[in-house]
Amino acid sequence: MKLLTHNMLSCHIKGVQNGFPFKIEPVKVEQIDADYDPDFLRHIYPRLEWKALCEAAATMGAPGLPEEVTEEMLQDDDFLRSFHHALLELVLEEGSLVCPETGRQFPVHKGVPNLLLNEDEN
Amino acid sequence: MTKGDRPEHAAPPEIFYNEEEARKYTTNSRMMAIQAQLTERALELLALPDDGRMKILLDLGCGSGLSGEALTEQGHCWVGMDISESMLDVARDREVEGDLCLHDLGDGLPLRTGTFDGAISISAVQWLCNADRRGADPRRRMRRFFETLYSCLTRGGRAVLQIYPADSSQAEMLTSAAMRAGFSGGLVVDFPHSTRAKKYFLVLMVGGSTAMPAPRGLSGEASDEEDGTVAVAGRQQSGKRRKLGAAGAGGSSRHPEGKGKAWILKKKDQARHKGYVNIPGDTKYTGRKRKTRF
Repeated sequence: MKLLTHNMLSCHIKGVQNGFPFKIEPVKVEQIDADYDPDFLRHIYPRLEWKALCEAAATMGAPGLPEEVTEEMLQDDDFLRSFHHALLELVLEEGSLVCPETGRQFPVHKGVPNLLLNEDEN
Repeated sequence: MTKGDRPEHAAPPEIFYNEEEARKYTTNSRMMAIQAQLTERALELLALPDDGRMKILLDLGCGSGLSGEALTEQGHCWVGMDISESMLDVARDREVEGDLCLHDLGDGLPLRTGTFDGAISISAVQWLCNADRRGADPRRRMRRFFETLYSCLTRGGRAVLQIYPADSSQAEMLTSAAMRAGFSGGLVVDFPHSTRAKKYFLVLMVGGSTAMPAPRGLSGEASDEEDGTVAVAGRQQSGKRRKLGAAGAGGSSRHPEGKGKAWILKKKDQARHKGYVNIPGDTKYTGRKRKTRF
């Protein structure tokens, strides 16, 4: 699972108000190569929760994203490269996602998070 | 599965799509071709703005990732969800580009508000109409699904869901559940006059008042490439339908243009020689076409 997907996911257990962001407990993180597309990064940026992405990248072993992003930075190639790396090239292979409100763990196995709910949770 | 049975009646999706069923989706070229065609058509109905930008899309019931591959080909980034682990295993083995999640659509989508540019789903959503567990209420599951789908799309975004409804009431149930969740749009039926080629697409729009796209194959002709059936389909038509279809142009199947005046005169002559009475005389009207007003 890429951090792009992590940034979109929110816990959907019935009754949870603040299911975002999932806390990542990594066991195995892999790095893949993805095509660098600055246009896409600029397009997707307004939709991301930047703080959640920074924290997630740090737990996955890629700290160093700035806390604030300005308009000029979105034109800066160095920044966009590190943004691209965090968003699309870090993959959580094994580990788990933890709901910030209830502490429920969703296991991630072979890169696929298991988000199925138990009967009393939906 | 015997032909003609609905898989929805066989078992819940996470059990029906086992390893064996999942394997079919990578080895059976006919299944793959149909999936690819349906995805292509769904993308056409999705009508994404053509600005050359990569979009982020949702593939609901992505299965083995066949539909996702079509999205990748179009240069989009996607996230797929499916309830069958075996199907997702196949998708992983095929090394699809999109991210995959094991998830039940009826629990509602675990997604933040306004994050996706669009959503497609190929042959998946009709599964929501089943109540295959104790305590599963299809109406509630549908409601949760459509409400969360509505909220995760951006404004002006669309969702195109290709479905196989068991009957018209099921299609109606899905459509009305979607409308109650706030979507505009409705059902587009391609090839409505053909039993085999008929395809239902639920085209849902968020906040837009764009006109509904036109269905394909309205005039009743279904070409072999487009209708999603194989070439032998013609042989399986009933004799009555074949006759009806061919006779439309004014002749029989062997003489599509009609047999002509000479042939009629010859046959009448033969009948007279055999001694039949009441054979109409030969006049200037013999073998003429009727005027259209008749």
